[in-house]
Amino acid sequence: MKRRVSPSAAGLGLCSCRTCGLVSGPYTYKSLDTALCPRCLARLHSRKPGSVESCWALLIAAYVLYIPANLLPIMETGSLFEYRKDTIMSGIVHLWKSGNWGIAAIVFIASIIVPLFKMIALTLLLVSVQRKSTWWPMQRTRLYRLVDLVGRWSMLDIYVVTIMAALVQIRALATVKAGTGAIAFGAVVVLTMFAAMKFDPRLIWDPLRERSEL
Amino acid sequence: MSSTPDHTEIPEALIERRRRRSSQLIWIVPIIAAVIGVSLAIKSYIERGPVISITFKNGEGIEAGKTRIKYKDVQIGEVKSIKIARDRSHVVVTAEINREAGDLLKEDTRFWVVRARISGNSVSGLSTLMEGSYIGVEAGLSKEHNYEFTGLDRPPVVNLKVPGRQYILHASDIGSLDISSPIYYRRMQVGEVIAYDLDKDGKGVTIKIFVQAPYDRFVKANTRFWHASGVDFTLDANGVKLNTESMVSILLGGIACQTPEDRIGTQPAAAHSAFTLFADRETAMKNPDTVVETYVMMFRESVRGLPIGAPVDLRGVAVGEVNKISVEMDTNKKTFSMPVEVRFYPERLRARYRDRSRQGNSMDSRKLLDTLVENGLRAQIRSANLLTGQLYVALDFFAKAPHVKIDWSKNPPEIPTMTGSIEEFQATLIQILQKLDKLPLEDLAGDARRTIQTLETTLKGVDKLLKNLDTVFLPESRAMVEDVRKTLDEARKTLAGAKQTLSADAPLQQDLRETLRELGRAAQSLRALSDYLERHPESLIRGKKEDEK
Repeated sequence: MKRRVSPSAAGLGLCSCRTCGLVSGPYTYKSLDTALCPRCLARLHSRKPGSVESCWALLIAAYVLYIPANLLPIMETGSLFEYRKDTIMSGIVHLWKSGNWGIAAIVFIASIIVPLFKMIALTLLLVSVQRKSTWWPMQRTRLYRLVDLVGRWSMLDIYVVTIMAALVQIRALATVKAGTGAIAFGAVVVLTMFAAMKFDPRLIWDPLRERSEL
Repeated sequence: MSSTPDHTEIPEALIERRRRRSSQLIWIVPIIAAVIGVSLAIKSYIERGPVISITFKNGEGIEAGKTRIKYKDVQIGEVKSIKIARDRSHVVVTAEINREAGDLLKEDTRFWVVRARISGNSVSGLSTLMEGSYIGVEAGLSKEHNYEFTGLDRPPVVNLKVPGRQYILHASDIGSLDISSPIYYRRMQVGEVIAYDLDKDGKGVTIKIFVQAPYDRFVKANTRFWHASGVDFTLDANGVKLNTESMVSILLGGIACQTPEDRIGTQPAAAHSAFTLFADRETAMKNPDTVVETYVMMFRESVRGLPIGAPVDLRGVAVGEVNKISVEMDTNKKTFSMPVEVRFYPERLRARYRDRSRQGNSMDSRKLLDTLVENGLRAQIRSANLLTGQLYVALDFFAKAPHVKIDWSKNPPEIPTMTGSIEEFQATLIQILQKLDKLPLEDLAGDARRTIQTLETTLKGVDKLLKNLDTVFLPESRAMVEDVRKTLDEARKTLAGAKQTLSADAPLQQDLRETLRELGRAAQSLRALSDYLERHPESLIRGKKEDEK
């Protein structure tokens, strides 16, 4: 590895308090005991505790719920003339067929591509971190940032459904109801967001340091 | 690791002697997610009902994903797709039925498209104008499940669950009947027409009717059905008679039924039994002629005005009808004859003996006809109506008819005929006219004239004679009259003498009367004596007894 490695807090056995920002040391994160900040007595963690494990758990949950989220109807619209249940995909197809290609594309990207991309990206990050890979750490960090940034936008669908369900309640003429798929879909989005939060990007760089130490 | 900061400036972290919190708890999240996911999957799997396919003739009003399937106006499913069948003769609708409605899918479950329908006596499915057509369902009763159905063209009139019976009517034409036309029994609606179709041979119409449960027992094996469609207007000797069923049936047609009361057979008719649908009540209520025999009658006269179906009448009672009229030419004699084929209902002749013996009907009627013909039964064409010239065939007895026997070996056997009364009358009239024509009227007139002339001369002769008498015989006769007068005077005198002698107070008469009186008395006493002697014969010896008193 030709890259120049600057000393890291962990490498120097130091740890910054996340509450008050005081740097203390020496810190041995492998110890079973818990270190406390000498100023504010908050627990000290050099890395997010249980990051990889929690991230995996949340990610798997998101994978599991992704299936019903796409198969079950997300919105039920009843009007005077028709009554339809739409899954995400059938809604996109409907939009596409009725000529709203732009909206169809947006919904497709926001509702199908983005959650899937997030989950795949997190899986990639987790796998690479666990394998202590030193492969393209910069790109992986960028990927993580993207995942973090894009996360909340997947809630767009849920917003639409909930707003519609709240607003369109004209009894006989038209009603909109959130389907069971909406719950699953919302859960997927929230779980991936939590998983992304749980992930500690510093872990991407740790193997680099360890390798240089060896 | 080149420049390590000074550790003394950095405060030392405190160590808490405590075991690290286990992070295993986070794995509850995917487990919960899995449970939710699996339960959702199971739920949706359970909720997903059976998928059925229904075949319709066309897809009018059916839209994939929109058209609902409703049972008793409650949605139980939805059309998923419509496809045209491979042979392009119909469309196949695939629909998903709710799980809980799966029990409705029996073998005889019926599906039809509900559209707005406006027929004569009902308006239905108006709601479909607003929300579009839907597929109606009627649950079947069968126990077999089925997932492939054939849709009906129109809503079924009768619900399978309504108790009652179906019957089949055969009619020559449909009249103004339609699906759901009413069936009346004593002018009360008891059922409906549920289907009709042309017979396969195209010679009639088969109508299916449904009679609801409490009323179906009034449909007996001998119940008659007739078109109650129109207005029965009769003008006869009793006046004007107007006979109708309800107003609805006048406008829309209907079927009336009734069981003849005099007929035996009170068993309700079995379901799907067949009946004949008559044109009107009168024909329907006629006694059915179970025995029909065909005879032929050879007429020599014109049969113009004798329609097919004209009655064969025996002293005013129709015992048959004309079935066929044709013409036959005898090549040898060069004459034409009109064989009139008739249908003869011997039962009508022997209605009173109907129940006695049912066997050997044919033999019986042969015997009967033989005797009748022997007694002079002949067929004759008679005029039914002088104005219209309608004819009918009359059977009547002619005492003078020549002796004929029916030849039973012929088929159909021939009933002997007599020349019709009109024909006869005409013939007689012609004969009289011919005779009149032959009379030598001119000669007779000439003779008469001559006779009159002779008579005149004779009269003249008589006149002359009288004059002669006057002149020649008068003086002589005067003297003769004088003599006669004298003679008469003499005679008168003689008679006066005789009268004196014989008058009542003449002495001779007096004496004679006296004598006769005496004689009477003598006879009286003689009778008294003989009476006494009879009672007392002993008195002859002992003498008359003294009265004991």
